[in-house]
Amino acid sequence: MNRRASYDGIVVTTPVSIPYVRFSIRAAHWWIGRALAELIRDSHIEKGHIDGFCVSSFTLAPDTAIGLSEHLGLSTRWLDFVPLGGNCGVVSLRRAARAVQSGDAEIVACIAGDTNHVDSFRQGTANFSRFARDAVYPMGAGGPNQSFAYLTDYYMRTFGAEPADFGKMCVAQRQNALKIPYAMFKKPLTMEEYLGARLIADPVRLFDCVMPCAGAEGFLVMRRETAEAAGIKYARVLGAIERHAAFQSDPIQYRGGWALERDELYGQAGVAPADIDFIQVYDDYPVINMLQFEDLGFCGKGEAPAFVRANTLTVDGTFPSNTSGGQLSVGQAGAAGGMLGMVEAIRQLTRQTIGGQVPDAALGLVSGFGMINYDRGLSTGAAILAAA
Amino acid sequence: MTPPLQKPKRKNPILRTRLPVPPPQARSRYALGLLRGAAQGRLELQECRDCGQVQYPPREMCRRCLSDRLDWKPQPEDGELISETLLRHSLELFFRERVPWRTGLVRLRGGVTVVAHIHADVPPPPARVRVRAHLDRAGQAVLVAIPERDTPNMADDKIMREMTCDPKFRKVLVTDGKTAVGQALVKALAKAGADIVWVGNAEPWKNFPGFDEIKSIPQVTLLNLDVTDQRSVREIAGEIAGRVDIVVNNAEVHRTYGISARYGTDAARAEMDVNYFGLLRLAQEFGPALKARGADGVNSAVAWVNLLSIYALANFPPHGTFSASKAAAHSLAQCLRAEMRPTGVRVINVYPGPIDDEWNQLLLPPKIAPGALANAIVNALRQGTEDVYPGDVAQDWLARWRDNPKALEVEASNP
Ligand SMILES: [Zn+2]
Repeated sequence: MNRRASYDGIVVTTPVSIPYVRFSIRAAHWWIGRALAELIRDSHIEKGHIDGFCVSSFTLAPDTAIGLSEHLGLSTRWLDFVPLGGNCGVVSLRRAARAVQSGDAEIVACIAGDTNHVDSFRQGTANFSRFARDAVYPMGAGGPNQSFAYLTDYYMRTFGAEPADFGKMCVAQRQNALKIPYAMFKKPLTMEEYLGARLIADPVRLFDCVMPCAGAEGFLVMRRETAEAAGIKYARVLGAIERHAAFQSDPIQYRGGWALERDELYGQAGVAPADIDFIQVYDDYPVINMLQFEDLGFCGKGEAPAFVRANTLTVDGTFPSNTSGGQLSVGQAGAAGGMLGMVEAIRQLTRQTIGGQVPDAALGLVSGFGMINYDRGLSTGAAILAAA
Repeated sequence: MTPPLQKPKRKNPILRTRLPVPPPQARSRYALGLLRGAAQGRLELQECRDCGQVQYPPREMCRRCLSDRLDWKPQPEDGELISETLLRHSLELFFRERVPWRTGLVRLRGGVTVVAHIHADVPPPPARVRVRAHLDRAGQAVLVAIPERDTPNMADDKIMREMTCDPKFRKVLVTDGKTAVGQALVKALAKAGADIVWVGNAEPWKNFPGFDEIKSIPQVTLLNLDVTDQRSVREIAGEIAGRVDIVVNNAEVHRTYGISARYGTDAARAEMDVNYFGLLRLAQEFGPALKARGADGVNSAVAWVNLLSIYALANFPPHGTFSASKAAAHSLAQCLRAEMRPTGVRVINVYPGPIDDEWNQLLLPPKIAPGALANAIVNALRQGTEDVYPGDVAQDWLARWRDNPKALEVEASNP
């Protein structure tokens, strides 16, 4: 039995991506402001009609959503700031959907964006969280490579994943990214290149790592009638869950909060994993793709390596994953990395893709993962969207 | 297994000496609780007084019952390495200069997972380990996982060498060779593999007992060093400061007076001149050269040892002026530590109780033997601790002082 109410009548529209660049002298305000301008341009909705605003960013300080509202000349009756990194796309969607359902807002703009100055990444890592600053960063200052290397090492030892399993996902995502003009990586990747690349933090190799960059992603949330009246293409929200800081007594992370909520997610949507046509998972780093495949019910715990070997993951494959190339190929524009998959899912379901189109895509699953506070990622979420 | 450290080659004088860069220093105030145990070589973690929960990283509240009554308590050191990585890239200069660097996650018996530096002799996970709290080159507490049982040459491991101040292959100055403690130190340091031991002697025209034995040790060179004479200190520093890796300042004057037992200030001045101003002169003349060499390879400048006294913490009235001079030196040593910390040179403060020498003749045992004190100092260098309270009296006074400084004030006046 579901504890959560349904998301009936709520739709997502207007996928926008502000083309990524490796380094930018602009502030996060510019990147998020550009995304807002494109949401308005593409939807033909007037700025004054946007009455809900949901922002995710790591580099907006000293501002938050409220300072940004004045900066961009927005006045809304619903405002949220979602500092959840790789899970911000799902969480923004879910909360915006509830705001629209309850009548607190009619049209919510959800935007994640960050700038990337030359020393931003080191500074952001050194001060990412209190636990990271106290108990991780002084122990080698390897950043996310180090933390995810622990999880990758453990997963490989425990469940028998091989480097080529991670390589297969990276190679497929690169293939998916080749038509994305602003992707950080634009050349095809071969398995030989993947396996031959240097180790960064054993067992993590070069192409397991995302490229930090500047960029922004955004979409709108509204009622179906609103979208139809405005003539905007939309995808329907069938289900969405979030779960934070699950399984705290596990000595090391090998599963995430999805496992606790997935039954309710599929129950809300009235679908099963086998019905899903494509998946957008958080892919920084590829071991996390495997955790999501398992915890979202596409295979059992420890079975993801076999699942990856048995499937093809490209847009035209048996299990299309990260169909725009994901963060691994397009880049990680800070918090926008957590919204990239959501925006791509909307593109797939509204037939507005920049890269390849999954044939007959009717159902997509978007999963988020974020915030390694100490030794594990704390924030998880997932949403199921359907074509109109 | 770690290969034994080879004696470093002579330095190429044309190459630039690598400048010291500290590892990351920022910590929240609660996290500094780890430092207190680490300074003495103990693994202490937060433990909840109300429910017994052990937790790490440090928190403001108990993660189980939300009590704020948290104490830092010694913890069992054993655990299991559950995963690891070899960093080949780091965001910080300190580690960039030292990669590859091994780190991992260790599950302690107490039920917490810690991020630790991993000794090279630890087998791949899953592996049993011991976790130690060490001071790193920033003087901050970090955790190091070492093999379950000692291995040959384990102190020579790259990571250990960055945590400790091992005298092996290092050049040491002992500022006063005429005392029993000084001579015991020279012998202990030579035995620990010091490359050179320079030994100060303020009165070279006298032949003190034991000097012939010291002179016969191959690593030993005697120097005419008088810490009360700025010119003498400067001249000796000009000769050797650029090569000294460890300074052990054991020069002291100890008279047994309080205030009313002796008229005038001559004895007290003599104590201050050696115990306080001597340290200041040495620090001014030798400090800059040591600080510049804090990252100079496997035999970098690494430590400054001050022989203080447990009576620096609370005055011992029968030796009142001596206590006061040591309190002054203790305070100055804190200043020296603050100035040295960013360069990776550790200031080790040693607080013995009464030493078994002529100036403590009238005190009842227990007293610490010069040889035991010297061994405690060499151990501190090898273990990398920075606060040393050797012997029973020092431990007793420390416990009383921590428990209730006011009570100790009264107890000390009624011995
Ligand atoms: Zn408690």
